[in-house]
Amino acid sequence: MPVRTRLRSRRTGRRLAADAGLLAVAAAFALPLAWVVLSALDPHAGLRVRVPDGLTLDNFDAVLKPDITYTPLLNSLILCGGGTLLTVVCAALAAYPLSRFRSRLNRPFLLTILFATCLPITAIMVPVYALFVRVNLIDTVQGTIFFFAASQLPFAIWLMKNFMDGVPKELEEAAWTDGASSLQSLVRIVLPLMGPGVAVVTVFSFVMMWGNFFVPFMLLLTPDQMPASVSINDFFGNRGTVVYGQLAAFSVIYSTPVILLYVLVARRLGGGFALGGAVKG
Amino acid sequence: MRLRRTLTRALPLTPAVALLLLFLAGPIAYCAYIAFTDLQLTGQAHSSFVGFENFRAAFKDDAFLNAVWLTLVFTVLSSLVGQNTLGLALAALMQRASKPVRTVVGGIVITAWVLPEVVAGFLLYAFFRREGTLNAILDWLHLPTQNWLFTLPILAVSFANVWRGTAFSMLVYSAALNEIPKEITEAAEVDGAGGWRRMWHITLPMIRRSIGTNLMLNTLQTLSVFGLIWVMTRGGPGNRSQTLPLFMYEQAFQKSMIGYGTAVALLLLVVGSLFSLVYMRLLRTEV
Repeated sequence: MPVRTRLRSRRTGRRLAADAGLLAVAAAFALPLAWVVLSALDPHAGLRVRVPDGLTLDNFDAVLKPDITYTPLLNSLILCGGGTLLTVVCAALAAYPLSRFRSRLNRPFLLTILFATCLPITAIMVPVYALFVRVNLIDTVQGTIFFFAASQLPFAIWLMKNFMDGVPKELEEAAWTDGASSLQSLVRIVLPLMGPGVAVVTVFSFVMMWGNFFVPFMLLLTPDQMPASVSINDFFGNRGTVVYGQLAAFSVIYSTPVILLYVLVARRLGGGFALGGAVKG
Repeated sequence: MRLRRTLTRALPLTPAVALLLLFLAGPIAYCAYIAFTDLQLTGQAHSSFVGFENFRAAFKDDAFLNAVWLTLVFTVLSSLVGQNTLGLALAALMQRASKPVRTVVGGIVITAWVLPEVVAGFLLYAFFRREGTLNAILDWLHLPTQNWLFTLPILAVSFANVWRGTAFSMLVYSAALNEIPKEITEAAEVDGAGGWRRMWHITLPMIRRSIGTNLMLNTLQTLSVFGLIWVMTRGGPGNRSQTLPLFMYEQAFQKSMIGYGTAVALLLLVVGSLFSLVYMRLLRTEV
């Protein structure tokens, strides 16, 4: 079969070319990442990628202090944990009737949700600020949590409803005949069966909030309440000359949780992020 | 009786609906209202209705027109050209590459995407600075160096957005390409169709829905980028990288003109809504 042999050798050549092309692009993507990792360990870090003069953990020592790292990270955890919890609970409750009962209102409701998913939240931050000043929610943790949850809810409801549709209805019907309420069958039967789906919604919401800069930057004013996404700017402003090694060390500490969470979820779902199912339609 | 059943069934929706109405629909309605007033940040008892004055002022304001232009450049360069094309290229190459390379490259590109926005901003700031890595490489290649954040700020932030956002396109296109049956591309190959022709005549038409979806979502995401540009250039030097979100912020807070800033926000919201509607038409989902 000459055709097949020719195809195969052509394919091997193409694989090598593809590998080379990919590695070249990846090298360009890796340079900034290499900078942050190497600088964090470099006693004399500057702005360019270079092999450190020696490895040191001094940069980490210098930033691992209450006012620089622990307080902002704790603030981030409170804001994003609270926001995520509120998002996931509200989304699970809302998804249940949308997934389980037929109603004429389902379609318009879901279309509105889908529409809201796409709105640029950045654009409404100025009016949200003005509104929060009026109702005395400005510079409060709970106000920021409520807004975080509201901005993440449309996508969370959309994802949650799609995952819930995958749980067969028959499993619940037995529970219904035994007299279980909707809430009971949601908590005891449906949610445990869609564990990976709930995990995706939780991790996605948390990661989005953890990295969000604009919302806390606008809605919080007191420096003590600022999460890491805002406080990281202090490395430039208040502390005189910028110590790049410490900035890099802080960036590593601040980024690690979301990378770990992503790896966790991606592993469980077998590589590709389950977002594919939601955005492909 | 039926009404009561419907109400009981709709009960779990209330917390979500309450949150959405209070914290999302509320601000949007408020946005539509104060965009037509002369509300200011300080020292003003009450604001008055000014009609379309803010919008009229905006279209006469050179700084606003500059922001519109830069937003267009930023969106076309980083989203339409950069993220979309590079994402498709990476996904297509990954179809052919060996598994270890695929894993490593995917890992690196996705890490750039998962990193918090502000951290990504700092990494790219360091990369493009005069003393940064890019100039170090150019120096090594004996090419002329320059202070990128000063000479070509909008190009630098566009590249930063490509660096940060390509992974999303790559994932969408990888999923789409995996769904194309192998038989089709193989048949074309046996018939002698070269790589580019296969891409153009077979692959692209088959994934056109994913292309539409991806372009819409990329564009919407790019329109609302704030933190990345803020960290890298603050919109400067001057206002040479000041896209609409940064312009809106400056008007509202540094110049205390909440009404004017909100009018700009409303325009951004309207553009975003139009994209949303197009996106929903593209999806045409049976919800």
